[in-house]
Amino acid sequence: MKRFLIFVRKEFYHVLRDKKTLLILFGMPLVQILIFGFALTNEVRNTRVLIVDHAKDIASAELSSKIDASRYFELFTEPGSTDPEESMRAGKVKLIIVIPTGFYASMLHEHKAKIQIITDASDPNTATTLSNYVNAIVQDYATEQNLASSSLKILPETRMLYNPQLKGAPNFVPGVMALVLMLVCVMMTAVSIVREKETGTMEILLVSPFKPMMVILSKAIPYLVLSIINVISIVLLSVFVLDLPVKGSLVLLFAESILFIITCLSLGIFISVKTSTQQTAMLISLMGMLLPTILFSGFMFPIENMPVPLQIISNIIPAKWYYIIVKSIMIKGVGIEQIWKETLILLGITTALLFISLKSFKIRLA
Amino acid sequence: MKDTIIKTSMLTKRFGDFVAADSITLEVGKGEIFGFLGANGAGKTTAMRMLCGLSIPTSGEATIAGYDIYTERELIKKKIGYMSQKFSLYEDLTVSENIDFFGGIYGLSRKDLAEKKEALVQNLGLQAHLKKLVGSIPLGWKQKLSFSVAVIHDPRIVFLDEPTGGVDPLTRRQFWDLIYTASSNGITIFVTTHYMDEAEYCNRVSIMVDGKVVALDSPSALKTYFKASSMDDVFYQLARNARRSE
Repeated sequence: MKRFLIFVRKEFYHVLRDKKTLLILFGMPLVQILIFGFALTNEVRNTRVLIVDHAKDIASAELSSKIDASRYFELFTEPGSTDPEESMRAGKVKLIIVIPTGFYASMLHEHKAKIQIITDASDPNTATTLSNYVNAIVQDYATEQNLASSSLKILPETRMLYNPQLKGAPNFVPGVMALVLMLVCVMMTAVSIVREKETGTMEILLVSPFKPMMVILSKAIPYLVLSIINVISIVLLSVFVLDLPVKGSLVLLFAESILFIITCLSLGIFISVKTSTQQTAMLISLMGMLLPTILFSGFMFPIENMPVPLQIISNIIPAKWYYIIVKSIMIKGVGIEQIWKETLILLGITTALLFISLKSFKIRLA
Repeated sequence: MKDTIIKTSMLTKRFGDFVAADSITLEVGKGEIFGFLGANGAGKTTAMRMLCGLSIPTSGEATIAGYDIYTERELIKKKIGYMSQKFSLYEDLTVSENIDFFGGIYGLSRKDLAEKKEALVQNLGLQAHLKKLVGSIPLGWKQKLSFSVAVIHDPRIVFLDEPTGGVDPLTRRQFWDLIYTASSNGITIFVTTHYMDEAEYCNRVSIMVDGKVVALDSPSALKTYFKASSMDDVFYQLARNARRSE
């Protein structure tokens, strides 16, 4: 055990002295989160909205000006009286609000009124955000009117055009988590083990009474620690910078993350066994691991839209399952009872990878 | 021979059809400096890797420090030191951290380690460099440090795979002084080299050609036998007919 600690300490020296790598390790999640985060917040500012006002009464005018006044929207006025949906298809507006005839009258007499919100869901994340904002403004307006007459309800009915189920929503935080962990664990572990092969220190270690299995374990530990720190920092960033709270259990989130980290570590060990130079290890990690992660995790490109063979391939990409799990925990707030299947699949992949990589490491010794 | 420490018999390693090391039979005594010579590709490194437990022989027998090479590898590992032809300390660790690390993985106690380190540093004159990164000290010092680290746990045998590649004659001379000191302390030295002047420093040498040991004796006996004026000549006579080379 003491020897194990001595080894782990040495690994930390390696990691901490390599300032460039350290910068990449901790800078990357920060930069990615901020880039994605700002790309997202910029989009909802000053969105052009088309209000189709069939009522043309005092209430509809008030509501329109309230929407116009918010910093999220600006009113789009159609020069001719063309089809509103045509404007959306042409990309001139992102949102259409339809106010039916007799809006003010039904507010007065029935204490409830309806409006329709139509959004362009080909960009699903923005669509949801926009309709939520409109909703908030409308409810705000209803509350103001409540001062006069009690229990006024305005019921917005939202329609998502073009992509009603909001599939492939770019929920980027879970995606960034999968990407960063993949990069840190797979590439860094592979490179650090291969470096010892390249410099010849691996032979010295194998000749020593220190068990080969221990060599691998102690090389993996610093990256396990760093990855956990990365997960923590991404979660903190998403909560405090992007206002994206973790709806589900934090404990569950971290447990699943550790499982995925172990998956990646095993992959890293496997690559390190199969390669003999740092460059090869790095290339294989990047091309062989990172690319499929981006393509097949569902983070950038919706898997549902892929040809069937690619959909089948996507099932063996561990990041896909981790992405689904994290998204479910962070955004939907579900517990283990709803993601046990995905967890089990990830666990299966991890066990298999761990077994294969440790086994091939042993074979190399003979 | 007094106290045999390495004993091999018909030790063979095949990679498919290729016989890298063919029926190697030799004995090395305690405290002996044994030169293991051969051209590139002759099979020296393969043979040495088998003796160190890095590679499992295809057939044949061997005992190292009395332990069987197949069944008692873990025990052998505690009794041997190894220095590979690549320089093999951690360049991004300081001299002191390297000593601590290698002493540590051989299970030296804190007290033993401190004493060893003190002696080692005195011996090599490294006092001023203890806190420097190994990558920043001159190659000659690195080689000497590497050797000292390889024997830090008082092994019975130390295997040196071309330890003096790329260093100047003066440093090589100093390196051999370290080897003599270790040998006089009872450590057996098993060394491969390309430098024939170094072969002259050995008590006995073996010469490998095409995977086989073709000569094994003291340098002076070999010179007499081959009617040669130097080990260089002996080596040339034996190796020029080699079929394989790198």
